[in-house]
This record gives sequence, C-alpha cells and structure tokens, in this order.
Amino acid sequence: MTREHTVRSYDEELSHLTNLIARMGGLAEAQLDGAVQALIKRDSDLASRVIAADSKVDEIEQEVHGFTVRLLALRQPVAHDLRMIVGALKISGDLERIADYAANVAKRALVLNQIPPVKPTAGVPRLGRLVQEIVKEVLDAFVEQDNEKAVKVWKQDEEVDDMYTGLFRELITYMMEDPRNITACIHLMFIAKNIERIGDHATNIAETIHFLVQGTPIRESRPKGESILPDPSQLAKDN
Amino acid sequence: MPIASEAFLQQSGRAMTGTSKVTAKDVNVYYGDKHALKAVSLDIRANEVTALIGPSGCGKSTFLRCLNRMNDLIEGARVTGLITLDGDDIYDYSLDVVQLRARIGMVFQKPNPFPKSIFDNVAYGPRIHGLAQSSADLEEIVVSSLQRAGLYEEVKDRLSEPGTGLSGGQQQRLCIARAIAVSPEVILMDEPCSALDPIATAKVEELIDELRENYTIVIVTHSMQQAARVSQRTAFFHLGELVEFGDTEQIFTNPQQKLTQGYITGRFG
Repeated sequence: MTREHTVRSYDEELSHLTNLIARMGGLAEAQLDGAVQALIKRDSDLASRVIAADSKVDEIEQEVHGFTVRLLALRQPVAHDLRMIVGALKISGDLERIADYAANVAKRALVLNQIPPVKPTAGVPRLGRLVQEIVKEVLDAFVEQDNEKAVKVWKQDEEVDDMYTGLFRELITYMMEDPRNITACIHLMFIAKNIERIGDHATNIAETIHFLVQGTPIRESRPKGESILPDPSQLAKDN
Repeated sequence: MPIASEAFLQQSGRAMTGTSKVTAKDVNVYYGDKHALKAVSLDIRANEVTALIGPSGCGKSTFLRCLNRMNDLIEGARVTGLITLDGDDIYDYSLDVVQLRARIGMVFQKPNPFPKSIFDNVAYGPRIHGLAQSSADLEEIVVSSLQRAGLYEEVKDRLSEPGTGLSGGQQQRLCIARAIAVSPEVILMDEPCSALDPIATAKVEELIDELRENYTIVIVTHSMQQAARVSQRTAFFHLGELVEFGDTEQIFTNPQQKLTQGYITGRFG
C-alpha cells in the first residue's frame, strides 16, 4: 500500500510500527550474530553482552504490544492495515523468541568456554551462518513487503533441518568415541537445537509476511528436511 | 427492459436463506443527463443483511431507492435494466407500486414519525392496507410490531402520546416498527443510525440482527464499522459503479479491488 491515508497521523503510526519491528529485528539479528561469534571465538565477554542485551528486545516487544493494542482500539483498522498490525504483533512474538534462543546460545557458549574444546566441529557455526542469513532475508522481506522473498526463505528451512540432523549424528559419534566429550557435546546439541528453532521462527515470520501481503495463508506444503525422529506412520507399521 | 432469465422465472414465493430475494441486473439510473448508476448487477440474498457502502454520490442511495421504486417520485429519473423481487419484475407496468412498497419497506436517515400518537404511527400502514379485521386485530399488530422493534417495553404505558415526543433512537425504532407493521419481506434502510447516539445505534444494530431472521435487509451506511458489524455481505460503490461485492468478512479483511481497499482503509483521494 503506497497511497497515503487521508488522516496523516495514521500513516505515521503505521510507519512507527514498521520501524519498531525493523529495529527489533535488527537487534535480534545482532543477538544471534553475537551468540554465534562468542561460540566460535570462545569470547566470554561477547557472550555476556549478548545475555545482557536480551532485555532490550523484550522491551521493544512490550512497546509493540502496547502500540498495536492502541492502534486497534483507536483506528479500527481493516484490510491491509489490519493485517499489517496483527502481523506486526505476531512477528514481534517470533523475534522475541529468536532473541531468547540467541541468549541461550550465549549462555551455553559461556559454559563451553570453561571446558576444553571438543573436536573442531564446523557444523554448528555453519548452521549458525545459514540461519543468520535466513533471519536477515526474512527481515528484508518484511521491510520491503516482498512476498516472493518471504516464500524463498520459507522454503530454505528444509536446508536447516538437514544440517541440524547431520550435526545431531556427528555429535552422537563424538560422544560415543569418548564420554569426556559428553558435556560439551550436549551443550553443542542444545545450541544447534536453539539455532534450528530460530530458523523455525524465521519461517513463521515468512508465513506472516505472506499473509499480510496477500491476505491468504501460504497454501502449498512446506518442504521438510531430514528429521532426527522416525516417521510416526512408519513406527505404527513396524509394530 | 431485458427479458427475465430462466433462473429468475424459476423462483417463486418467499425465498429461503441463501437464495436471491432481490436481483438487480444491469441496472442504470439517469437523473436527466447525469448517469448516476452504471450497469449494476447484484443479488440480495434472503434473510441476510446486505450493506451498501461508498463515498457520497457513489450511487448507493440511488440503488437502494430503485429497489422500491422511490426514484419514480424524482422528476427526470430514468431506470433501465431489470430488478426482480422473488423473480417478478418490480418495474412491470401492471405492478401496483403501493403493494410493492408494502412488501419492500423503508426506514430513512432521519426518524420521521407522523405527527400522531405512537399507536397510530404503527397502525397507519395496517389500516390503509386493510390488514386488520377488527380493532383487537389492529392492537395485536401494533403491539407485536413494537415488540419486534424492541420498543414496546419503553412505550407501553404511553401509546396514545405523540410519536414525536420520543427520543431520537426511540423514534427510529418506532419507524422500524411502522415499517414492519405491514409485514414486509424486505426492509431498506438509508443510513438509519446517522442521527443516533452510540447506545441508540447499538440498539438499532441489535434489532437489525434480530430482524434478519424474518426479513431481508438492505442498509446504506457511511459507517464502515457498522457495515462490518451488521451485514453478511457488503457492496462497495464508487462513481455510480459497483466496484466489489462479497462476504463482509472478506471485504474487510482482504478486499480484492484496490479501490475498495483504498476506501475502507481511509486512503481515498
């Protein structure tokens, strides 16, 4: 929607909401980057800064909540405006979770920095970089209201699933090789899981963008990567 | 006049929910040289509330007035196309317009009670149409109409007092009682709440929702929220054309036309 409202202050409020989400997204993205860097570089200072900064994301989420409720009450939005406001509310929830997971990665990085490193595993940073890229893309798609970009991100989650499953197997192998690796590997496993969950939230955001641009949910089914869990229908057959 | 299609001819009697009660096909209205309504076709379903929205001068009131031939009263107004009620052409030369207006009642923007008692306001229609066999009959019609209009409890002790002494909201409900006293099938409402306060508006809206069970309602409103609250289907008019017509839910969450989106979100030039 490029045309302006007759009531200009309404436009200003909607763009303020978009800016809040963009700012929150930027922060969440930086948190994820910081957490991954703290892990790769074994940088405890950085990890601590990431943990401390999580509250900033929570604050913006509260601001988004208050502001959307106000817009709903005072403007009674409809059509694209309504979808935009409800979408912003949902996206802020996803971004808050993304930042939470990033903070958890940083906490585990702090623990890992206290113990000797396990075999160099390139898998976790690689997964981190892929998910960072996805989060960046989905935030661009939001700012540009670019549905095609959002759908592209949505499909990329398959790659994240595959990479996570690969890591899961790799870490199990290390643990079996030497039980002294277990503590580090379990933390790495949780880190990988957290990053994978961040990818899922980015996927949610992509779905919300599709809804707010098109007014309909994405109809096709999402390509799913390899899972670490067996197919339940297969289990039923085996029994 | 175009010939009625087979589908129109097949309909007869009171329509059921979901079926068309009133159908407009390729309706044009001219006021002298002014082309006020351009090739409008739409189906008004039985027992539903259909809202007509659009900026001033878009043709929505003109369209509403076509439905009970109120435009006949305007000099220089010319209507072409086909409008049917239960499949019968309402512009047919043999049709009795007074009878038509008994079947298609109307409520106006400004409450306009007659300068008569509350009782006589409601009794007026049944009297001239000879709907009551006795005074007891007439009283029953008046009481039940006032009850259905949600007004009876407020006025039962002063039925002989002038209708003009009621509050604005009560007067409007009195006009609705007067409209339903002649057992219409369709009720047309032209901005019925624009002169009412929010509480009186809420009462009328609640009434509209109740009346839907027995009547087919077409409402013109400038309040988008009102259209969203009371109607099942919404038609958006602009410059005499029907731009979009669909389920109210869809019109207000995901309109298909840019013009509709612009209007309902307040981005109209």
